[in-house]
Amino acid sequence: MHPTEFTLAGAVAALEEGVISSEELTRAHVEAVEALNPRLNAFITTTPEQAMEAARASDARRKRGEAGPLEGIPLAIKDLFCTEGVQTTAASKILEGFVPPYESTVTAKLKRDGAVFLGKANLDEFAMGSSNLTSAFGGVLNPWSRRNDPDARLVPGGSSGGSAAAVAARLALGATGTDTGGSIRQPAAFCGIAGIKPTYGRCSRFGIVAFASSLDQAGPFGRTVEDCAIMLRSMAGHDPKDSTSADRPVPDFAKACGRSVKGLRIGVPKEYRLDGTPPEIEKLWRQGLDWLREAGAEIVDISLPHTKYALPTYYIVAPAEASSNLARYDGVRFGLREAEANSDLRDLYERTRAAGLGQEVQRRIMIGTYVLSAGYYDAYYLKAQKVRALIARDFREAWGKVDAIVTPATPNAAFAEGENTDDPVKMYLNDVFTVTANLAGLPGLAVPAGLDPQGLPLGLQVIGRPFDEETVFAVGSAIERAADFKALPGMRAGA
Amino acid sequence: MSYTIDGETGAWELVIGLEVHAQVVSKAKLFSGAATEFGAEPNSQVSFIDAGFPGMLPVINRECVAQAVRTGLGLNAKVNLWSRFDRKNYFYADLPQGYQISQFAHPIIGTGEIEIELQDGSTKTIGITRLHLEQDAGKSMHDQHPTKSFIDLNRSGVALMEIVSEPDMRSPEEAGAYLTKLRQILRYLGTCDGNMEEGSMRADVNVSVRKAGEEYRTRCEVKNVNSIRFVMQAVEAEARRQIEVWESGGTVEQETRLFDTGRGVTRSMRSKEDAHDYRYFPDPDLPPLVIEQSWVEQLKAALPELPDARRARYVRDFGVTPYDAHVLTLEKETAAYYEAVANGRDAKQAANWVMGDLFAAINRTKTSISEPPVSAADLGALLDLMADNTLSGKLAKEVFEVMVETGRAPGVIVEERGLKQVTDTGAIEAVIDGVLAANADKVAEFRSGKDKLFGFFVGQTMKAMQGKGNPALVNEVLKKKLS
Repeated sequence: MHPTEFTLAGAVAALEEGVISSEELTRAHVEAVEALNPRLNAFITTTPEQAMEAARASDARRKRGEAGPLEGIPLAIKDLFCTEGVQTTAASKILEGFVPPYESTVTAKLKRDGAVFLGKANLDEFAMGSSNLTSAFGGVLNPWSRRNDPDARLVPGGSSGGSAAAVAARLALGATGTDTGGSIRQPAAFCGIAGIKPTYGRCSRFGIVAFASSLDQAGPFGRTVEDCAIMLRSMAGHDPKDSTSADRPVPDFAKACGRSVKGLRIGVPKEYRLDGTPPEIEKLWRQGLDWLREAGAEIVDISLPHTKYALPTYYIVAPAEASSNLARYDGVRFGLREAEANSDLRDLYERTRAAGLGQEVQRRIMIGTYVLSAGYYDAYYLKAQKVRALIARDFREAWGKVDAIVTPATPNAAFAEGENTDDPVKMYLNDVFTVTANLAGLPGLAVPAGLDPQGLPLGLQVIGRPFDEETVFAVGSAIERAADFKALPGMRAGA
Repeated sequence: MSYTIDGETGAWELVIGLEVHAQVVSKAKLFSGAATEFGAEPNSQVSFIDAGFPGMLPVINRECVAQAVRTGLGLNAKVNLWSRFDRKNYFYADLPQGYQISQFAHPIIGTGEIEIELQDGSTKTIGITRLHLEQDAGKSMHDQHPTKSFIDLNRSGVALMEIVSEPDMRSPEEAGAYLTKLRQILRYLGTCDGNMEEGSMRADVNVSVRKAGEEYRTRCEVKNVNSIRFVMQAVEAEARRQIEVWESGGTVEQETRLFDTGRGVTRSMRSKEDAHDYRYFPDPDLPPLVIEQSWVEQLKAALPELPDARRARYVRDFGVTPYDAHVLTLEKETAAYYEAVANGRDAKQAANWVMGDLFAAINRTKTSISEPPVSAADLGALLDLMADNTLSGKLAKEVFEVMVETGRAPGVIVEERGLKQVTDTGAIEAVIDGVLAANADKVAEFRSGKDKLFGFFVGQTMKAMQGKGNPALVNEVLKKKLS
């Protein structure tokens, strides 16, 4: 077996048993990255030397009996996490060359637990996008391809497209992502892997380049639900440096993966049945519910009446926060500075931000600035906050009737570059099933469950109560077991 | 008689409200652990949070919140157990995040009031609208380089309290008295050092004028005035400018102005049309600030005695006049000094010495009450030497001057210089006998009814005793001998 074919859990066991060393495991992944990244563009920055050094240090720790839960496991890190001494770009020109002198809390925890970092994964610029095409460092290729049109360049989804593609193509055993409106779950679904956005507050946001602070949440990608559970345990936990992080114990999520779903009540929200949803998505959803029923769960029809307002609400709240969060990229202290000899301050700002920020980012800054402006605030931002509260209330009421909710993860399979790009709203519709969990702060897991007629992966989403990732993992694992998803992307290490 | 300014069309009343920015006394900044010490090397007290680096997040400093609550309690104000931080968005080179974190919609402190004292001895209550916590910005320096501006972020993120008054003041004097009183309260509380020269207290002055009985007219805001004297001058200058505008048929436009201290006039900074749209919205990085009533009670119980209470106590327990009590309590340090002298002694006499000789000595030696030329213990000892008749009042003044010069204790000076008052009746009698013998003619005149000569004998006796005779005894013995 090629070392890149391990699951993360399998690699942990193999390392423990001494079947393989981290040096061997990491070298295999470094070589896979070298071989495939030129085509996939999943990484903005690769750090092979640091990875090999970290792997040797890890093997030494293991010898000393100091192995952590992720000891020696090579991972990809979304380039939105600040990593000390390693360039962090947020896929934006404005941060090109920025080397943070500090480490994000989540990556520090992963390192503490022994993980080895292969490099910084590509993403949509400032995590704004659903295709990875807004990256200033080029799009990422989805390792899957259409049966009837194998040359179509499919997108991996976004914003965490590089992370998802890297894990799907066996360039990494797992990856970190962030999810503001679906940025973990949509690319996971497009790439046929699992990914979870945990409850808001579960992971610290400290050191993660902010997009929309009230929605951003870090989470893992894995090729199995269990792999996600193992990673999340390391990533999660209270951080005094993030006032919005939750001071709650972190359970052993992996244990929950084996839990029975017998007797669990699974909600099916009628508002998620959209006109124009492809029949294969409908079919997959019904199939997923049947699997759960067969596993002993009770399927309950529920209503989340404010769902139809979720997308417009999201596209007010997120740009509003982004317009403020991105004000710090001004060319004064770090990153890109564009100025002429006679530039005044205003000129410096305008040149720097015009040159450094891409079109989609500029669009969202404009939208956000607009909705916060005097005279428009009440009609847009304030109204959106009220609707957001109603969406959260819909879910609270649902939790009286059900223990988890199952929906499709995306309204379609991966699309090709050039599709959906003529109209930004069309692109925004990709988040239709995922934004609600961000608006309500709930955990949401995408799990691969089947293929569309073109042979592309499709995912289902499991949404749970706040801080009840365990039930989400249990339900996700039950779907995973029943789906027995064995399909592999055409482009992958060792293939 | 209320204060007015006479224009060509008659008397104008002033309407004044103050927004005071008071730097919170705390070791660390409002949302970061960086130090706040004044006068440090530029950019030496800056964390990545204060510099607005990617991924940095604010965490509220509990002590700054406690200081705001203490201040609110000192202003007799409502403490809001639920408050919230908003972002005030604007671009400037010394604002690294591109927004200032402030409490726009939900301040931690609501309405309150303070009483101000005026020259004529009257008092007036000034309403407090609110107090909120916010971050300070950094400092731009445009005069360090011909073509560049320099930025010092030491101040970036330092906690400020913005204290907003009602438009209750009607004269420059009232504005000055308000600021004086506010500063006094903050200093007593230890929540702001009130150093206007160092910028730890700055005032934005809102001024409008109107004819008696009118509604408010348009106001202008004079920004960043940095002394009490300048505030009073700015009020008057701005009021006069507005009166001129109204009387020449113009309209006062709402705008932000600056006070030119050199020329004593205000000038326009930006008009309402150029006003920023700050796009305030709740800071999503910070949950609402929720505090417990029990914590507020704890802070309240630990509050120091405030100026009004202390003044009342001085009048009641020390028997000093309300004016003296006012003067003695103006500065916390003065009050502490005074109490150290007055306790267990003649409190009125102590007041006279502190306000008279000590204040004069401080002025003369250019020292301060915090580092006084004579310690409270030494002044107390001097008063004790008068109380036990070791020193006369006159001798005590001499000794005090030596104390100022040498810094030595009064007992030591008395011993060394033999200044000790003579209270031995026999010795006094002997001297008086000599004086009377030497001035037999004057004695005869006195006995024939020239009473005024008594003072002459006292003088001669004291002179002969080099001023050391106990005046009461000298008087007593003289009376006996001359009768």
